[in-house]
Amino acid sequence: MFRNQYDTDVTTWSPTGRLFQVEYAMEAVKQGSAAIGLRSRSHVVLACVNKAQSELSSHQRKIFKVDDHIGVAIAGLTADGRVLSRYMRSESINHSFTYESPLPVGRLVVHLADKAQVCTQRSWKRPYGVGLLVGGLDESGAHLYYNCPSGNYFEYQAFAIGSRSQAAKTYLERRFESFGDSSREDLIKDAILAVRETLQGETLKSSLCTVAILGVDEPFHFLDQEAIQKVIDTFEKVPEEEEGDEAGEGEAEAAAVAPAEQGGAGAGDQDVAPMEM
Amino acid sequence: MTKQHANWSPYDNNGGTCVAIAGSDYCVIAADTRMSTGYSILSRDYSKIHKLADKAVLSSSGFQADVKALQKVLKSRHLIYQHQHNKQMSCPAMAQLLSNTLYFKRFFPYYAFNVLGGLDEEGKGCVFTYDAVGSYERVGYGAQGSGSTLIMPFLDNQLKSPSPLLLPKQDSNTPLSEAEAVDLVKTVFASATERDIYTGDKLEIMILKADGIKTELMDLRKD
Repeated sequence: MFRNQYDTDVTTWSPTGRLFQVEYAMEAVKQGSAAIGLRSRSHVVLACVNKAQSELSSHQRKIFKVDDHIGVAIAGLTADGRVLSRYMRSESINHSFTYESPLPVGRLVVHLADKAQVCTQRSWKRPYGVGLLVGGLDESGAHLYYNCPSGNYFEYQAFAIGSRSQAAKTYLERRFESFGDSSREDLIKDAILAVRETLQGETLKSSLCTVAILGVDEPFHFLDQEAIQKVIDTFEKVPEEEEGDEAGEGEAEAAAVAPAEQGGAGAGDQDVAPMEM
Repeated sequence: MTKQHANWSPYDNNGGTCVAIAGSDYCVIAADTRMSTGYSILSRDYSKIHKLADKAVLSSSGFQADVKALQKVLKSRHLIYQHQHNKQMSCPAMAQLLSNTLYFKRFFPYYAFNVLGGLDEEGKGCVFTYDAVGSYERVGYGAQGSGSTLIMPFLDNQLKSPSPLLLPKQDSNTPLSEAEAVDLVKTVFASATERDIYTGDKLEIMILKADGIKTELMDLRKD
């Protein structure tokens, strides 16, 4: 989209019925590093790519615990995301205090969406520049929602946001029908494979991604580096065998990169498990 | 014309007694399970002990509705702390928070008589006693509630150093072993139950150590 005379104010409509400031805010989400969410009937997995500003700095935290039964992954302006996470935590605590029961995630995302909508209808505010993948539980099981700066929210079986998320979405589109009955381990594996898609050629290491999981009998927690590396090792270790099973479709997506990956993965990464080529 | 007094009180006393004893690497927190009002018994099985954090356990006698409200506030504040600091609150930190929370309602107090027990940052047992508006002090042992006047002098007799003027200076921890402390607690409660009508039914004992919390239940006289 190009600059035009209707995009200065969030409270100015364009003649074609668009609010450009809101759409620009959604662009900010697309610039952030990727965040991915998938769910089965009982679990939700959130994963994101750890992007650091420079080699000298640490990476920003993009996945936050809201409560034992709700977690959120963000993409876009991480500062906005942090502030919204604090709001979500506060809502969750207040609900628990008043009703002595956990806040159903479906209610939380409505509060969040309403809060975002306010910023699209005040001349002294700006829309939040962050997209949120909210994973959580209610009485009917696990749910995944996407909240965008416009104030809309959608429920998903699996979704990816941020830069190069299209690659992950393509992978997820192929696989999502099986997620509902997936085991916890398969769900984690699919999440990490989806993250790999967004890396497009760069070798997948446990230090490059953060993964968190929550489930019906499992409070929200992050997976540690060793656990992630173990999952990576199951599909990175024997690249030839991958052609046969589930990662095979993933390979097709990065087909041009596959030969380079097989060679590069072995030579380039001394700290990952040695490739049996 | 004499000043008219309220014919309704927002408070009630549900009775009961709470005790805590700190050791070198443990803390024992105990309370009876009787909840009463006036001369009647409301429950023989009501717990007055509440875990606030991994290393901080609160035991409160007094008006249990206020106690419950106080516990809920502290629990929410602890959750906020964990989100901000990525770790659990230490016992001394919780002690200060409890004091501030109580004083916050200085002009409509929580009718709660608290004893906070736990492990400090060095892993040693600690006990904090409070009044209703938040004045607190770290001690080696404490008792609150309807039986406290019967129990406290006995604990002083058994655990207090003879005189602060004597040397060598003793620290705030009592030199009891864990088994001796639990035994002492059972003894004092059995005695308090004899003469205090609001104390009895069952004794709940929580033993807090670095590796976790153990709970024990002992019968007391039901009359």
